[in-house]
Amino acid sequence: MLTLQCPYCGVMAEETELHAGGEAHLKRFGPGSSDEDFETYMFMRENPKGVHFERWRHVNGCGKWFHAARCTATLEVFGTYSAQVSEPPQQIKDAITAKRPGWSWRNFA
Amino acid sequence: MSTRMATGGRLLNKGKPLRFSFNGKNFKGYEGDTLASALLANDQMLVGRSFKYHRPRGIVASGAEEPNALVGLGRDGRFEPNQRVTTTELFDGLESESQNHWPSLEFDVGVVNNYAARFLPAGFYYKTFMAPRAAWKHLFEPIVRQSAGLGKVPKDRDVDTYEHFYAFVDVLVIGGGVAGLQAAKVAATSGKKVMLIEQSAHWGGRAPVDGGEVDGKPVADWIEQTVSDLRNLPNVTLRSRCMGAGVYDHGYVLGYERLTDHAPMAAGPRHRLWRIRTGQVITATGAIERPISFAGNDIPGVMLASAVRDYLVNYGVSIGDRTVVVTNNDDAYRTAIALKQAGMIVSAILDARPTGGGALAEEARALGIRIEAGKAIAKVHGGKRVTGVSVCLHAGEGAALETIPCDAVAMSGGWSPVVHLWSHCGGKLIWDEANAMFRPDPSRPPLGADGAGYVATAGTASGAMHLADVMADAAAVAAKVAGVEADAPAVPATDEAPMMPVWLMPQGAGVKLRMKSWLDYQNDVKVSDVQLAAREGYESVEHTKRYTTLGMATDQGKLSNINGLAILSDALDQPIPMTGTTTFRPPYTPISFGAIAGAARDEIFQPLRRTPMHEWHEANGADWEPVGMWRRPFCYLRAGETTHQAVNREILQVRNSVGMLDASTLGKLIVKGPDAGKFMDLMYTNLMSTLKPGKCRYGLMCSDNGFLIDDGVVARIDEDTFLCHTTTGGADRIHAHMEEWLQTEWWDLKVYVANATEQYAQIAVVGPNARKVLEKLGGMDVSKETLPFMDWKDGTLAGMPVRVYRISFSGELSYEIAVDAGRGQELWDKIREAGAEFDIMPYGTETLHVLRAEKGFIMIGDETDGTVIPQDLGLNWAISKKKEDFIGKRAQTRSHMADPNRWKLVGLETLDGSVIPDGAYAMAEGVNANGQRNTQGRVTSTYHSPTLGKGIAMGLVLHGPDRMGEVIEFPKVDGTSVKARICDPVFYDKDGEKQNV
Repeated sequence: MLTLQCPYCGVMAEETELHAGGEAHLKRFGPGSSDEDFETYMFMRENPKGVHFERWRHVNGCGKWFHAARCTATLEVFGTYSAQVSEPPQQIKDAITAKRPGWSWRNFA
Repeated sequence: MSTRMATGGRLLNKGKPLRFSFNGKNFKGYEGDTLASALLANDQMLVGRSFKYHRPRGIVASGAEEPNALVGLGRDGRFEPNQRVTTTELFDGLESESQNHWPSLEFDVGVVNNYAARFLPAGFYYKTFMAPRAAWKHLFEPIVRQSAGLGKVPKDRDVDTYEHFYAFVDVLVIGGGVAGLQAAKVAATSGKKVMLIEQSAHWGGRAPVDGGEVDGKPVADWIEQTVSDLRNLPNVTLRSRCMGAGVYDHGYVLGYERLTDHAPMAAGPRHRLWRIRTGQVITATGAIERPISFAGNDIPGVMLASAVRDYLVNYGVSIGDRTVVVTNNDDAYRTAIALKQAGMIVSAILDARPTGGGALAEEARALGIRIEAGKAIAKVHGGKRVTGVSVCLHAGEGAALETIPCDAVAMSGGWSPVVHLWSHCGGKLIWDEANAMFRPDPSRPPLGADGAGYVATAGTASGAMHLADVMADAAAVAAKVAGVEADAPAVPATDEAPMMPVWLMPQGAGVKLRMKSWLDYQNDVKVSDVQLAAREGYESVEHTKRYTTLGMATDQGKLSNINGLAILSDALDQPIPMTGTTTFRPPYTPISFGAIAGAARDEIFQPLRRTPMHEWHEANGADWEPVGMWRRPFCYLRAGETTHQAVNREILQVRNSVGMLDASTLGKLIVKGPDAGKFMDLMYTNLMSTLKPGKCRYGLMCSDNGFLIDDGVVARIDEDTFLCHTTTGGADRIHAHMEEWLQTEWWDLKVYVANATEQYAQIAVVGPNARKVLEKLGGMDVSKETLPFMDWKDGTLAGMPVRVYRISFSGELSYEIAVDAGRGQELWDKIREAGAEFDIMPYGTETLHVLRAEKGFIMIGDETDGTVIPQDLGLNWAISKKKEDFIGKRAQTRSHMADPNRWKLVGLETLDGSVIPDGAYAMAEGVNANGQRNTQGRVTSTYHSPTLGKGIAMGLVLHGPDRMGEVIEFPKVDGTSVKARICDPVFYDKDGEKQNV
């Protein structure tokens, strides 16, 4: 059972306080987009063994959505950060690089 | 025979005799006994029958690893199957019964399987699955069902209570043996919060039995002193009878405390589940002795050497007058020495090692015990009890050199560290050649949130086999974990000769011996079964486990696994570490369902949501229906009525006069902010931003995948504020849905969403006389002119401030009146009084459903199932074509969504007036690729309409709207079918005149 720190209220939250929201940093394709773009947005997901970016909600807490960067293989947490960004902040990327040099995930590295 | 000796038994209080029963026979034991020691003291060695062959089974071990001695304990509401006698503390009045026998333990018919053993080899079940179907059904299944199953399922409700405790500590030490005590002692010096848990009732583990000196005093004294010191420390918590059940991610650990199993009449909960979050875990879980695989090693009287010693020292029980000890290591000599010193006969020590043992062997020899190096057991003689052993050369094929009569065999195949808790969360193992065991690899521990290890092992659990090493390891590990300096206590070194792996005895045993050499006592797996599996191509240890059942069931192979995979490795001709182990999964030993559930049962299983009028409904005949976490009245039963009669009465009352409904459970979400209109346009398929304050509009919500997820009436309160009604079950879900989009996609919008569902009581007054009732309440103008259909107004009714919505889910003249929740009951009562002259009556959810079905209104969850889009339901009018975007818009243009062959909503009226079964499918011509009948539609809602006096239904039908008047056929479960004509889904008041008056 994971613990993640909510970046909004600062609480080290037990997994039972949290709701998992799947992959982070998806780019939404709406009306006018191609079938391929829409399909990719709607259905295609990363399934990495290693660095991964996820959405979580502190549902039984402050109610805020946030992002978490963690390792799916070791469950190491590299950091949590605002949900209101479209890519991980540099300090999160640096924290990952310190632990997993040479990592990459979708378009991020 | 096994018996209680006149002296000895360090855990017994002989001043306190206890009575207990086994299979109806009454026995006597003492306070301090386990059920196992008490049974053995009464010569009850035979305690069960094996799973497959129904062979007699005796007690083998003295702890949690016991595979055989499982009993049903207690009776009625306290009956529990599969309880290990070795971990059951004796109490006065204990009742127990053996399992898996018929008709009796002594005479078991199923033992015939034993003689058919060669027809029940490894993979028997799998092979029979492959047999002709008829053979399985008529031949194998009845046999398997008759003979399978350990223990009976309890029939009564559990009368005990259970609870959960939460603990947050810095260092959790699991295991209260000498290593655990030493580790806790060292960790505590750091001032950190330390918790120490021990599965048994006693501290010190097996050290007091094995003996030795720590810090210049006997180890038993050191234990007593250390426990007493720890108890006095404010930063240390000690719990005995509390097992470390599982280690989970990021330092989460489950502890299973058995509070009153040893005293069932005591007050308080029976079990307590500790949910512990800890910074670091130290597992000091010791080791389990391994049996040796020789022919007849399952005959009652063959026991682990350590268990024989435990029963002697702890409980003053001798297993037999004459014992043969068979070993591949020095530790078993301690058993021989203890037996000899207690005055029993040790007929021989058969030491498989050609060079024999070390200092302990010298001590045994000096006591006059016969020691045979390089010798082995060829086979054990006896049926329900050991009568002797044939001795052979270990290096040979098992030719008997002599037969030694005896009534007990104490075996030791070496020790395996208890690595379960280390492994639960990914700790890796290494193979230790010298001790022939898997032990934790300290360089590859389970990793925590910070990427560093959070589990360490101490003492024997690390693979340390001698007291001095155990104490040194425990001190060093705890010092490192807690960040302190610590010296190891002084322990005199011992001189022991190396052990020698023995996986099969004798080494060259032929097939006849191997077929009687048990690996897994509980599941009846023999050396020959594992070898057969290997020959049949089962190379993975996980596959072999499933195929042979090695290491399955309640003991999960605590005794059998290492021996089994050694045999598998040998058969595959590969080193043991290449074969590896099966996965260790929590819990370490089975824990009760009660402990897992804790207090969450009956009325507190989950919170019950009550509307302000809940008590009134309860007092007035409500037949409850669960809706989400709410209870809503299905109908209100009057004396002598069936629910069907009640529903018909309520429906006709609403259609002909007036009824009232508690609609408080409907979701009420407030969307507010300068961008509220923009946000609403994205959330709903409709154009909501154009809605004028004071007006209501029915709206649909879809997922971004296009499917309909909720519906409800939206009211615009002012320029910045909307109030969105959701379905009862959808309020929390839709609130979360809105928050998600707002926080994670359109965070630039200036909007807040609040769930005000429970802030208001809402009452629908419905029927031709509804307006008259409201006029009688007095206050605001509710005329058609002032408050027309699909308008809302704030005002006063019966002196209460209310908000009235002219909305209708029944097709009748209808007002939904919202009032502060605290005044809901008051308003309810006033409406009842005012409506009395019109015979007003409350109606329930079933009436609501029939009324809406008569009008062809859809219901989320009936007409929708997550695969239905609004266009399927003829709701195109509610989908804006003007908007650039809304959630689901893009998806609804995908080819499958726009497919003209999607099933579409229609009404269905049965030709004979009957009701079509719910969920029935309409048949079409021909069969599909799987030979199943083709279908062309399905029923989504189906009711008897008392208004129309016939069965009505809605359904999704292929090209349905183009097939009006056509008759299609729905098969029923009884083999007959019902014919229905496709029609308009609006059965009643097609022009909507009644709701608009």
